[in-house]
Amino acid sequence: MTEVASPRHSIRFHGRSYHAMVLAPEPPAANWLAELDTWLERSPGFFFGRPVVLDLAVLQPGKQGLTELLQNLAGRNVKVMGIEGAEPSWLDFAMPPLLLSGRQASVIPGDNPPAAAEPPAPAPFSDPAPDAAAPLFDAPSPPGDASSATAVAAPSQQPNSLLLDSSIRSGQCIVHPEGDVIVVGSVASGAEVIAGGSIHIYGTLRGRAIAGSRDARARIFCRKLEAELLSIDGLYMVADDMPAHLRGQPIQVWLDGDSMMIAQD
Amino acid sequence: MAKVLVVTSGKGGVGKTTSTAALGAALATAGKNVVLVDFDVGLRNLDLVMGAERRVVYDLINVVQGDAKLAQALIRDKRVPTLSLLPASQTRDKDALTDEGVARVIAELKEKFDWVICDSPAGIERGATLAMRHADVAIVVTNPEVSSVRDSDRIIGLLDSKTEKAEKGERVEKHLLITRFDAARAGRGEMLNVEDVLEILSIPLLGIIPESFEVLRASNLGSPITLNNPVSAPARAYFDAAKRLNGEALDMTIPSDRKGLFGKLFGRRAA
Repeated sequence: MTEVASPRHSIRFHGRSYHAMVLAPEPPAANWLAELDTWLERSPGFFFGRPVVLDLAVLQPGKQGLTELLQNLAGRNVKVMGIEGAEPSWLDFAMPPLLLSGRQASVIPGDNPPAAAEPPAPAPFSDPAPDAAAPLFDAPSPPGDASSATAVAAPSQQPNSLLLDSSIRSGQCIVHPEGDVIVVGSVASGAEVIAGGSIHIYGTLRGRAIAGSRDARARIFCRKLEAELLSIDGLYMVADDMPAHLRGQPIQVWLDGDSMMIAQD
Repeated sequence: MAKVLVVTSGKGGVGKTTSTAALGAALATAGKNVVLVDFDVGLRNLDLVMGAERRVVYDLINVVQGDAKLAQALIRDKRVPTLSLLPASQTRDKDALTDEGVARVIAELKEKFDWVICDSPAGIERGATLAMRHADVAIVVTNPEVSSVRDSDRIIGLLDSKTEKAEKGERVEKHLLITRFDAARAGRGEMLNVEDVLEILSIPLLGIIPESFEVLRASNLGSPITLNNPVSAPARAYFDAAKRLNGEALDMTIPSDRKGLFGKLFGRRAA
């Protein structure tokens, strides 16, 4: 998140939808390729310049099969821009990316390594000791939703907020890319809370709150504003930009188009 | 049951070594067997503050690496027989400390003493993390000043995550010691007041040590303030803190020296 901290520019990330042709090979792969060949004989330039997404939910080729299929398609001048319905383990870095349509299956690491050890249990906030092993680095997928789950699995409907019972100490970084973060204590100066959704802080916010990395409608709420930086969806405001009369007040922050709004609650 | 106590702060120059010496001496005069371990390898100070610099033969690194026996490296204090010092090495650096070696030395010290007090170096790197690693109790030393408070907050986070106890799911008992406190300046808003610091750090208060020229004088004489001038305000504050460490419940007061005009002028200049 160093970009957000830089004094001038912020990098904004957008989601955008595109049209692409989806090829869904059927087993056996050899027959399907032969059919494709006869089809290409009739209209040779059909795939030229067209983005193609490969849907492997039916074929289920495995890692080896996928490598061969991609080579065969490349030999026929079919450019594959993305893969759908595949196990993440089939793919290597040189292959087109796996398209998940927002169904995230892997941890997105933050810049700051977590100050604490990895959360020991999949349900970190059920820990009875409030301070011990705070889930500084919560895996976004809920328990049971292993990263090996196929993309065809139904997206999880469980509430995806992260509740933290203790204060966030300086230097700690909470990253929760998939939902809201609720902090019952305070967020210290030099600490960072990053959420895909909204951020609710029931103590004093002295550090940074970076909300809505996936949602421009996200908001930041806190009982007492002493923040170093507030950010929603890539737009940010440092302490100097915050209205002086709101210091120490309970506030909320939201986005109105391209401007950040801040008001006393 | 021996307790391992780490005196830490994050920020340098806030009074870790002074507090280690003063509290160690206070606990020892109360009859406890106390050893002070200097973890500031490469920048050792505790031997000077304890007045033992001319008696150092072996040090912590020698013992950690197995070149010397613990008994050879321990220096017994001449004033309080129940107080010992394990000095750091001045010629090596913190990389010479190994996890296993430190664990072995701490385990051995726990058999011999009631209190093992580790003087942590400043910073959050290897020396500091190893000093706090085996702690049961931590004293976080803070000056009433924003940068010190924020660094202390960072250290509290590390105490909750990087110590042996935290990794086992237990908690290190944490206490806040505010040093160099000047009630008059805090009243004028030139310093953070005690409530501000407590609100930010939210750990129990062990004591408030008033700013005093006596502290610097004792350091330069190579004597902990609690031995050098036991009736001075900071020494009384340290004695109270030591009693609270032993589980006594005392009212929190800020001792002050009743100084004349001359004393006040002199005190301010010396500080």
